[in-house]
Amino acid sequence: MTVTHSGQRRTPKAAKTSSVFKKVVMAVSGIILVLYLVAHMVGNLKLFAGAETFNGYSEWIRRIGEPAVPGQTVLWIIRLVLLVAVAAHIWAAISLWRQAKRARPQQYVARKQVAQSYASRTMRWGGVILGLFIVYHILDLTLGVANPAGHDATPYDRAIAGFSNPFVTLVYVVALLALGFHLRHGVWSATQTLGQSNKTRERTVNAFATVFAVVLTAGFLIPPLSVLVGIIE
Amino acid sequence: MNLKLRVWRQRSAAEKGKMVTYQVADVSPDMSFLEMLDVLNEQLILDGEDPVSFDHDCREGICGSCGVMINGRAHGNGLFDSHPQTATCQLHMRSFKDGDTIDVEPWRATAFPLIKDLAVDRSALDRIIQAGGYISAPTGTAPEAHSILVAKKDSDAAFDAATCIGCGACVAACPNASSMLFTSSKVVHLGLMPQGQPERDDRVVNMIHQQDLEGFGGCTNIGECSASCPKGISMENISRLNHDLLGALRAGARPKS
Ligand code: HEM
Ligand code: SF4
Ligand code: FES
Repeated sequence: MTVTHSGQRRTPKAAKTSSVFKKVVMAVSGIILVLYLVAHMVGNLKLFAGAETFNGYSEWIRRIGEPAVPGQTVLWIIRLVLLVAVAAHIWAAISLWRQAKRARPQQYVARKQVAQSYASRTMRWGGVILGLFIVYHILDLTLGVANPAGHDATPYDRAIAGFSNPFVTLVYVVALLALGFHLRHGVWSATQTLGQSNKTRERTVNAFATVFAVVLTAGFLIPPLSVLVGIIE
Repeated sequence: MNLKLRVWRQRSAAEKGKMVTYQVADVSPDMSFLEMLDVLNEQLILDGEDPVSFDHDCREGICGSCGVMINGRAHGNGLFDSHPQTATCQLHMRSFKDGDTIDVEPWRATAFPLIKDLAVDRSALDRIIQAGGYISAPTGTAPEAHSILVAKKDSDAAFDAATCIGCGACVAACPNASSMLFTSSKVVHLGLMPQGQPERDDRVVNMIHQQDLEGFGGCTNIGECSASCPKGISMENISRLNHDLLGALRAGARPKS
């Protein structure tokens, strides 16, 4: 029998590291990242508004909160939260991945899956693709070191220079499709993990997950593809 | 009908196993899958060979003893559109065609160590139940059944969850070898009942703790479990378990170690 004391503060290790707790870490960090992605996607669409607006928007991000707080404070808080979220997400993912590997060391000779979707099957390797992409993306458009226009160009010029190259755009397309699949299953899985699904809601949750994943992916894909075909120059 | 069986043969956990091919002749379409294995075993005994070990008891789909992977599906569920989800003992040979090749394998999971051939040790599921799948009630005269009212929708959902027979197909089918569907059905069927409330928080925390200790994988909500379950236990139970667990942790419940 467990003795529970209200207000008990210290948690034994086991509770903190239970498989469900890790899933909750994954869900919460995933949601933080998704919220950021929504804002990021909308921001990217400003490429259509021209160089001045887009560069101004980029400037504004650096100035949020001024003059109450020094320049870039809010930006760095956002970056820190994202970094912690990504780290927590990857920690939980790897830990559960290893647990699953340990749970079935010997595979079946014959195996047939009927329920799993492409999205659910590719969460782990798709996640690895996303992780690598995030690194490349930061080197490309944030730091500019992997960008043809380089670090000193304006954000708008960097985007145009990058996406004019079909290979760069291809990398983005692959990564964003991976993101779409990741979110298709992730949104549904997070709803389950946080205990918010049931038989009646199940269809709605799944439909929402699909629509959300498609809209977000499309929203991200439009600017790079528009640059590639010359709609944005 | 005549069938070609490829059966996993392994004398003990310590030895290596392999798929062995057998021809089984004159199988009646009315036989259950287990009766077909009986026919194979009689033939093996007559030939002076070791019969194939497999678990079974009631042979009417209620005890949860039987269960093998049939052509890569737990209990063969999901292979036949016409056939409802059942336990292996309720799968009949009329679902197959003359001349079929059928692969038969044991449940594979670290938490289910192999005993012999198709028989595995599923006592890990019992230990998960021991960790919290019970209620404490005073003994003595049974109270009047109507003295505690239960909402119809709760009693229906609790009953649906309680139909789990503990066969382990969910674990066998899960890509992560997670027992989440099993554990959730146990957590939910008691958690929806007034009698299950006193231990509700401890139950979920301790059962999940035990599940992890037994070496099962974590759930990633893929749904192979529910598609393989002879009782069609719904994924909503997993969501309910998660909800209970979050509530219990917030309320300060911790697993006994
Ligand atoms: C860095 C690489 C990443 C890895 C290795 C990774 C891996 C995973 C894994 C293994 C899961 C659990 C899958 C499941 O439940 O079936 C997951 C869930 C999820 N991921 Fe990621 N992921 C990564 C990046 C991202 C990013 C960038 C986002 C944000 C858009 C994201 C959002 C989510 C969400 C919302 C979930 C659902 C949480 C849950 O399952 O409860 N992930 N991720
Ligand atoms: S949930 Fe279904 S598949 Fe899993 S043990 Fe119970 S009856 Fe078997
Ligand atoms: S032998 Fe009892 S369920 Fe199959």
